[in-house]
Amino acid sequence: MLKRIFSYFHSYKKYGFLTVFCVVSESVFELIIPLLMADIVDIGVAGGDKAYIFRKGLQMVFCALLALILGIGSARFAAVCGQGLGAELRKAEYEKLQSFSFSNIDHFRVSSLVTRLTSDVTNIQNTVSSGIRPVCRSPVMLLVATGMAFSINKNLALVFFVALPVLGFLLFQIILHVRPLYTKMQVAIDAVNRIVQENLTAVRVVKSYVRGDYEIEKFDKVNADLKNTSERAFRLTAMNMPAMQFVMYGTILSILRFGGNMVHVGTMKVGELTGFLSYVMQILNSLMMMSAVFMMLTRSLASAKRITEVLVEVPEITDADSEEIAVERGEIEFDHVYFKYKKEAPEYVLSDISFHIESGQTIGIVGQTGSAKSTLVQLIPRLYEATEGCIRVDGRPVRQYPVEHLRDAIAMVLQKNTLFSGTLRENLRWGKADATDAELEEACRIACADEFIDRLESGFDTEMGQGGVNVSGGQKQRLCIARALLKNPKVLILDDSTSAVDTATEAKIRSQLAEKLPNMTKIIIAQRISSVRHADQILILEDGRLCGMGTHEELLASNGIYQEIYESQKEGAEL
Amino acid sequence: MPRYVGYKRPKNTKKTLKSLLHYFGYYKWMLALVALLVLISTSANLLGTYLLKPVINQYILPGDIGGLIAALFGMGVMYLCGAAATFGYNQLMVKTAQKVIKKIREDLFAHVQKLPLPYFDAHTHGDLMSRFTNDVDTVQEALNNSFTLLIQSFLMLSGTITMLLVLSVRLSLIVIVFLMVMFASIKFNGKRSRRYFQRQQAELARINGFVEEMVAGQKVEKVFNHEKADLEEFCRRNENLRKASTGALSYSGMMIPTIVCLSYVNYAVSACVGGLFTLAGLFDLGSLASYLVYVRQSAQPLNQFTQQVNFILAALSGAERIFEMMEEEPEVDEGDVTISRVRKREDGSIQECPEYTGQFAWKKPDGTLVPLQGQVQFEDVVFGYVPEKPVLNRISLEAEPGQKLAFVGSTGAGKTTIINLINRFYEISGGRITYDGIDIRDIRKRDLRLSLSMVIQDTHLFTGTIAENIRYGKLDATEEEIRRAAKIANADSFIRRLPQGYDTMLYGDGSNLSQGQRQLLAIARAAVSRPPVLILDEATSSIDTRTERLIEKGMDAIMEGCTVFVIAHRLSTVRNSEKILVLEKGVVIEQGNHEELVSKKGRYYQLYTGQFEME
Repeated sequence: MLKRIFSYFHSYKKYGFLTVFCVVSESVFELIIPLLMADIVDIGVAGGDKAYIFRKGLQMVFCALLALILGIGSARFAAVCGQGLGAELRKAEYEKLQSFSFSNIDHFRVSSLVTRLTSDVTNIQNTVSSGIRPVCRSPVMLLVATGMAFSINKNLALVFFVALPVLGFLLFQIILHVRPLYTKMQVAIDAVNRIVQENLTAVRVVKSYVRGDYEIEKFDKVNADLKNTSERAFRLTAMNMPAMQFVMYGTILSILRFGGNMVHVGTMKVGELTGFLSYVMQILNSLMMMSAVFMMLTRSLASAKRITEVLVEVPEITDADSEEIAVERGEIEFDHVYFKYKKEAPEYVLSDISFHIESGQTIGIVGQTGSAKSTLVQLIPRLYEATEGCIRVDGRPVRQYPVEHLRDAIAMVLQKNTLFSGTLRENLRWGKADATDAELEEACRIACADEFIDRLESGFDTEMGQGGVNVSGGQKQRLCIARALLKNPKVLILDDSTSAVDTATEAKIRSQLAEKLPNMTKIIIAQRISSVRHADQILILEDGRLCGMGTHEELLASNGIYQEIYESQKEGAEL
Repeated sequence: MPRYVGYKRPKNTKKTLKSLLHYFGYYKWMLALVALLVLISTSANLLGTYLLKPVINQYILPGDIGGLIAALFGMGVMYLCGAAATFGYNQLMVKTAQKVIKKIREDLFAHVQKLPLPYFDAHTHGDLMSRFTNDVDTVQEALNNSFTLLIQSFLMLSGTITMLLVLSVRLSLIVIVFLMVMFASIKFNGKRSRRYFQRQQAELARINGFVEEMVAGQKVEKVFNHEKADLEEFCRRNENLRKASTGALSYSGMMIPTIVCLSYVNYAVSACVGGLFTLAGLFDLGSLASYLVYVRQSAQPLNQFTQQVNFILAALSGAERIFEMMEEEPEVDEGDVTISRVRKREDGSIQECPEYTGQFAWKKPDGTLVPLQGQVQFEDVVFGYVPEKPVLNRISLEAEPGQKLAFVGSTGAGKTTIINLINRFYEISGGRITYDGIDIRDIRKRDLRLSLSMVIQDTHLFTGTIAENIRYGKLDATEEEIRRAAKIANADSFIRRLPQGYDTMLYGDGSNLSQGQRQLLAIARAAVSRPPVLILDEATSSIDTRTERLIEKGMDAIMEGCTVFVIAHRLSTVRNSEKILVLEKGVVIEQGNHEELVSKKGRYYQLYTGQFEME
């Protein structure tokens, strides 16, 4: 998994190597300084040579400055390569995300995708930026110090053969046990955050049903759970320090005991004993540092796992079966189409749907809430993939078109419409990136958006705000239609996209569409009968099945469901 | 290991510290115990280094092995105490910290429940959320580690400086000067990198905003083949973030090498000057050697000390934000009229009773009972979300018990505002609202709200099963009641078709259901609570007209005997109301029943015939 993550270093790899180089050479200089120091005391001071003292002193300062330069270099390079990795990961995730179909997105849920792209990546990049130094430094320190210790006294160094495995074993045990605890802790944190989030968004519901106490009770439960798991995780992590001290103190005592004996027997000098002790400290310290890095790595492993999950997810809809063809006419055929969102779901959302739309026809679709009208039309541009059966455009299965060409030819105005932050012009240009003002105006005229755009303070340069908060619902719907028209599509799908537009304007849009764009196939999903009554054909959906098809008059004469819908709206229409 | 924080300094350190200490409550002595244990542990460490010299001089050099073993045994006991103390303070600190953090989260959440609605309007969810996540986290980190490390490094630092002073006051001046230089450079560097971190934070927010908007608008992106353009924009922001955070980390990463370098220069200068001193006979060789050991040790605790101070400051500014929120004024609730379950006596008078009879009465503070009927009256009500901009201007209206009252009008006319005043989500700034003749400000809030049931414009569901979501309306509802409510809302049929029926889990605000299905559930939730007053704010806007017809019968059953307030932009929903009020810019411009208003040929007529846009 880490291998996969680290493969995204790409061009930042060289900075990684530079960091390693800087850190290692910096450690070497740091190791030289105490030796120079020893020379000052043992040779300079002992020999009374002032010039020697100053020379060595200057050498020390020189080494210190070199270490400084290398240190700054390592900090810089570590930052570059850690943040570079982060940027590459985010980009890779984002690209992957764009290739996802909706079933992939449903699988992760939107909120979790956002954290996977943001805080999880931040975790990884900070671990790399700050972990790379101790990771490179401690092995160098460990090796050099062990070598030194051995060169001073081989027999005494045997103490390490007891101390190191003991410490290593203890640290390993801690890391081994703490890992699952961190995972549990993450789950508990998610639960706490979820309840807080829900209470913030649904504050009106909580207050109007006076469920504050109930929510507090719910929260206290997950909160206590979080406390317990994090207490366990942190307590185990905190075992690090005493374990380390335990081993270190034991080592010091044994070295004094055996070393003392050796000094007594005469196989070792006192100076060597003290020098040996300082190396012991260094060795154990570097082990300690390594274990701290491992702890950090353990915590970021959870993030790495979540990122990898996104990166390895297989996009459900691909261009695997496509050929280089484009939609020419906009003829649509459903051939015994079945659909369900998840393979394991027991019932189909759409069952056995078959119909045929000629190019240039206008089709209305009506049906109850939850009768899968939106799902049906979303199969045409392959937002979802039909589970069984075949959908053909211009006589060829949709799978044979490259997704890009298919969606270029099919414009869809969604039920849940979104405008993005940016100006009106930028939003409309989603439809056509290089659209001229004349084209924009023309599209807006057809969608009846021109009349209120003129009234906007800065016209096409009006800022929309996130989600298009600066225009009313009806205005937003008309802008979304204009945006879709700019694509100059072969097929236009309007999914309940004039519900907030008054009936008079709606009729005007409808007639302009028919007049100005006669060759475009139009599919209109609507609640109001008045929106579809002029269509060439009307489809009636009920519980995911096609329950009738025909013109307004035919259906009114023969179809019970259609009659009921008509009845429920009649009063208003007849006034 | 450095942790990186881009914090702001707390504004009122003393006060925040006091509130935080207050949280330790009777754990305060725990903190004292922890401090004591840190003292023991650090002393054992320092003493161990100090004892090396006498052990070598007194036992090893003379070859007194028996004495050596005895001395080592003594040191062993001391070390054991030290390690045990380390174990003790770490465990105690984590335990105490987690208890305190739990209590803070608990209190924060409980306080959030008490805050009035305007507070939620004025703060974004992200902002409020971050108090629960980021701010609580920094406090937790600081409590877990920084407190003990701060004491420890302080002890180490002062211990080392003391030893240096004991060995040579004059030589120590060099060290003290260098320590001051180090301290200054840490402060300087901290200030600069803080600026970089703030820029990084801003860039991070920018990219997060983009990702959130784009993930939410995925369908539109796909439909328009807009992936490439978005990827470009993403890459641009990504690159900006990378640059900003590389800068921030480079600066903060420079801190350690700088300190290390300074400490070596310090070391070199001390060695040279010390050497000269020794040559001049002011110092002996052994003392110089151990003096230099202490010099070498001095930089590390200083570095740690300043680092921990920074973390604690960051934690305090987090704590400050948490306490700020806790100090926000809760909703005012001075009402003392409550609701009681009552039974009718044979003579027609009413009597309190413990069981559910379906009949309620207001219980005034003096004990008198007034039967709850559901009459609501507005008298010259004035209200604005901000005082300068009144949204409602002297609104007067009356709903008789059992009457259905509808509000129509364009977006922003003040329909939703009116009903948000009945349950006191917002406080009126003028006039009076009465409920069965009682000023609603005299009614205890929970009783007031329990007597009203609301289905609001934006449907919100909770993570949990469908049954649990419906039960939200009445916590002790039986399976039977839930099913009946679902049937009334016409939700039963789609629920039964879900994989696990009523036990199907809903996640993320019910995102696995369609908008219409969610509204049906919200209606079921209201149906199960059966209150005397029902408020429907665009409750059926996403439900098709035929289904609405189907629900209507059920709705009629719920509404029977209820006073009902309805807001709808679909006029078929409101036309059978006893009274329809047409609102425009916070004023009632037309009033009457459907027939009256149609024959008036005014604004209602225009709306009804589609000549005028609703939203």
